Amino acid sequence: MLNKTVLDADIISSCFYSLNYTLRAMSVISPLATVNQQAAITLYPHATLPAIIEGNLLSKAVIAASRFGLGARPGELATIDRNPEKWLLNQLSGPSRPHREIRRLPASDEVLVAVQALKREQRAARKDGNDDVVKTYGRTVRRHYMDQTSARYRAAAETDLPFHERLVHFWSNHFAISADKQPVPAIAGLYENEAVRPNVSGKFVDLLFAVEKHPAMILYLDNQRSVGPGSSVGKRANRRQREQQVGLNENLAREILELHTLGVDGGYSQQDVMGFAKVITGWSIGGESERGRFGGGVPGKFEFRENIHEPGSQVLLGNRYAQKGVEQGEAVLRDLASHPSTARFIATKLARHFVSDDPPDSIVTRLADTYLESGGDLPSVYEALIRSKEAWLQVFNKYKTPHDFVISTLRAFRHTPDKARFVTGALDLMGQTPYRPGSPAGWPDTAAQWGGADALYKRVEWSNTVAQIIGKRVNPVDLGNSVLGAAFDPETRKAVARAETVTQGLTLFLASPDFQRR
Amino acid sequence: MSNYRFSRRSVLKSMGLATFANCTPGLTFAEPRHDGNFVLLLLRGAVDGLALAAPYGDGNYRRLRGELAIPEPGQSGGLLKLDGLFGLHPSLRNVHQSFSAGEATILHAVASPYRERSHFDGQDLLENGARQVGVVRDGWLNRALLQMDRRSGEEMAVALAQNTPLVLRGDNSATSWAPSQLPDVGDSTLRRLQNLYADDEFFASRLRQALRSQDIAGDASESGNGRRRRNDAKQFADLMHSAARFLTAPDGPNIAVAELGGWDTHANQGATNGALANRLEALDTGLGNLRDGLGEAWRHTVVAVVTEFGRTVRVNGTRGTDHGTATAALLLGGAVNGGAVVADWPGLGVGELYADRDLKPTVDVRSLFKGVLEDHLNLAPEFIEQSVFPDSRAARPMRNLIKA
Repeated sequence: MLNKTVLDADIISSCFYSLNYTLRAMSVISPLATVNQQAAITLYPHATLPAIIEGNLLSKAVIAASRFGLGARPGELATIDRNPEKWLLNQLSGPSRPHREIRRLPASDEVLVAVQALKREQRAARKDGNDDVVKTYGRTVRRHYMDQTSARYRAAAETDLPFHERLVHFWSNHFAISADKQPVPAIAGLYENEAVRPNVSGKFVDLLFAVEKHPAMILYLDNQRSVGPGSSVGKRANRRQREQQVGLNENLAREILELHTLGVDGGYSQQDVMGFAKVITGWSIGGESERGRFGGGVPGKFEFRENIHEPGSQVLLGNRYAQKGVEQGEAVLRDLASHPSTARFIATKLARHFVSDDPPDSIVTRLADTYLESGGDLPSVYEALIRSKEAWLQVFNKYKTPHDFVISTLRAFRHTPDKARFVTGALDLMGQTPYRPGSPAGWPDTAAQWGGADALYKRVEWSNTVAQIIGKRVNPVDLGNSVLGAAFDPETRKAVARAETVTQGLTLFLASPDFQRR
Repeated sequence: MSNYRFSRRSVLKSMGLATFANCTPGLTFAEPRHDGNFVLLLLRGAVDGLALAAPYGDGNYRRLRGELAIPEPGQSGGLLKLDGLFGLHPSLRNVHQSFSAGEATILHAVASPYRERSHFDGQDLLENGARQVGVVRDGWLNRALLQMDRRSGEEMAVALAQNTPLVLRGDNSATSWAPSQLPDVGDSTLRRLQNLYADDEFFASRLRQALRSQDIAGDASESGNGRRRRNDAKQFADLMHSAARFLTAPDGPNIAVAELGGWDTHANQGATNGALANRLEALDTGLGNLRDGLGEAWRHTVVAVVTEFGRTVRVNGTRGTDHGTATAALLLGGAVNGGAVVADWPGLGVGELYADRDLKPTVDVRSLFKGVLEDHLNLAPEFIEQSVFPDSRAARPMRNLIKA
């Protein structure tokens, strides 16, 4: 068993199935010999953590850091403690300030055009049996996915605007796309940064416009394939071909209603879905379509295609929309954004994320009212949330998702991972592969859905792995004090302090209920 | 995972946390297993029942299915014949073998009470067993656990998934397991962690269950050589091997739930070959592994393969099918009274479709579940009606699904 802190090469090589192998498989490190060296450089710049005296910090600062933020970095609690509410609200004001990791990412239209060109080459190569070209597509997509994932978690590990960052992740999950469908993995992170990030502290309607018009969303939910039967392309195609009809695809319309705005109980019918699907026919992407049926527009960017748009007015939720072209869909989105069902749905999701799995009706109603009164102004809703006593009542009410757990661990150790696989490996195992929730509903947000026995055990295993990598560099009790402050339970502290080894102490700390909740 | 393995139960025992079953370990281990196994396989994403088991004998099938129609039995790439009306998708060779051996039943035109088109609600209803969305928060199989005969004090049910599916979530304790590639955690750390969790039931109960699963699955994770397995068809195949290990462990669970996604074929669905065919092949390989891994225990096993709803009868504009209503379900296992297709076939003709687009449901999927619970797992009918599937009287338990 490798429960000693020393990663002795002899011990490891004597193991049939070595830690070395495992760590390399996770790409935590390359050659094992550099573990401690690397740990020394990247994990913790100081010899010891600044010891923060117990009781010095109010639990309000810890809640601000853990529940609203992404988990405290050492030293962060002291900053927050001066004024937790202000610390949160300040993160929402002014223009979006993306982390340098985010700023260096390419634009989604360029990536999309490039990978789609590769896809065409791949198709041709498959016929010719040219394996190298066939593999290039997969490799390229994977490289983009890893780059973007790396940027996401490096930024999250380092940001001094963690509340803003949490909101980016929240909305990105609300408007989820999933990397299990091509070419989404190549642009999932870019979607988050282009459509979601700039709009999380503005009006909901602007966020809605940005995501529904982003090529990633359109591709994920097949809207570029949806052809109005009464459009010029639709009529011509259906006259000419008997076998292969073109037609509507309801996917995007349905998910906008069910998952993005009104919610499944929001009071819409199948008729509304059909009507809405017709309204947004033509919401597409520039460049030549897959079968070359239509082209035009800037490749890789949103393009409204009149020739596949279903002409005429549509009735939706009792309103008639007589607008022409892209404006018809925009008018519907505007009405959806100001609908009371949307207010309620968004309020419920926010309260569930920030307060508890089963949020009290009082806070949901308050947030929904604020949403409607402010015309869907998100910072007003966030402020109402922050000013609600329910959000500060109980310490650590939410069981962290694997995503929360990994990020808060990185922050606690001030560790910026060099390789994306450090994160993707961990999150794969814990059941939350980045950008891959598997459905447009996104990841669940309740303990019932994350709290399986095995899922917890994977967290313990990962805690142990992380603790082994960083080994002797950190004093576990200091670490607990600095990231949990007064919320570090005395019993947990005792257990951590009495651990046999530093590794064990760190494992206990990371796996403790104190750290597993936010 | 290292060259030195230890029993997790030793940790439990030394903590004084071993359950009462372990007081008579000799007895538990010696006892041969005769009780019924039940495996529930959830296919997430809405499986096209008309491709899984195609009604090639229905005069409207080929016309409506167009390029997605699969050739008739006997033709190249053709269906595997079930009877004069139905044929299995050619990818489902193992299922067909079981069918020929009288150990598989194909049920058709099956649906849950859900009549809308959201995957998420459809899956919720399939799993919570309710008639309406949003009413019930626990799973029907979890509720059923209450009255099952425990052969030991251990959990009776295991979810072979990173996160427990709704159908097994609820008041009754169930465990979960999925393969891991991380280094083992030392005994001493685990003991201390159990102490640390002692006052927090959420963490304590989960760790206890997890340690037990480690015991059972120990060898399985070793055989998995630790490499990252990206191909999820392969993962599913391996997972079914593990399922067999859990179900044959001396005092292991006899209920297992697993899931397989990737059925939402809106575009380029394919017929004999293609996206859906590959998916069905993954399913079939997994089912074959389960059967082989169970060995003797297959005789006492029932596997139910279900999905949230079906897909449109007609092909859509993108060579796929959209969300529909009724679909097909499978029952397999040595305990299944198989070899037939069970369907009150509604037909595909004019006026016979649901909402003029979907296969019309003629069997409530809860009837299938109720039949299995009563005849295979020996639950009392009244308990099933009142606690497992309340509000389901109209869905009568299906008879003769299980061998007498």
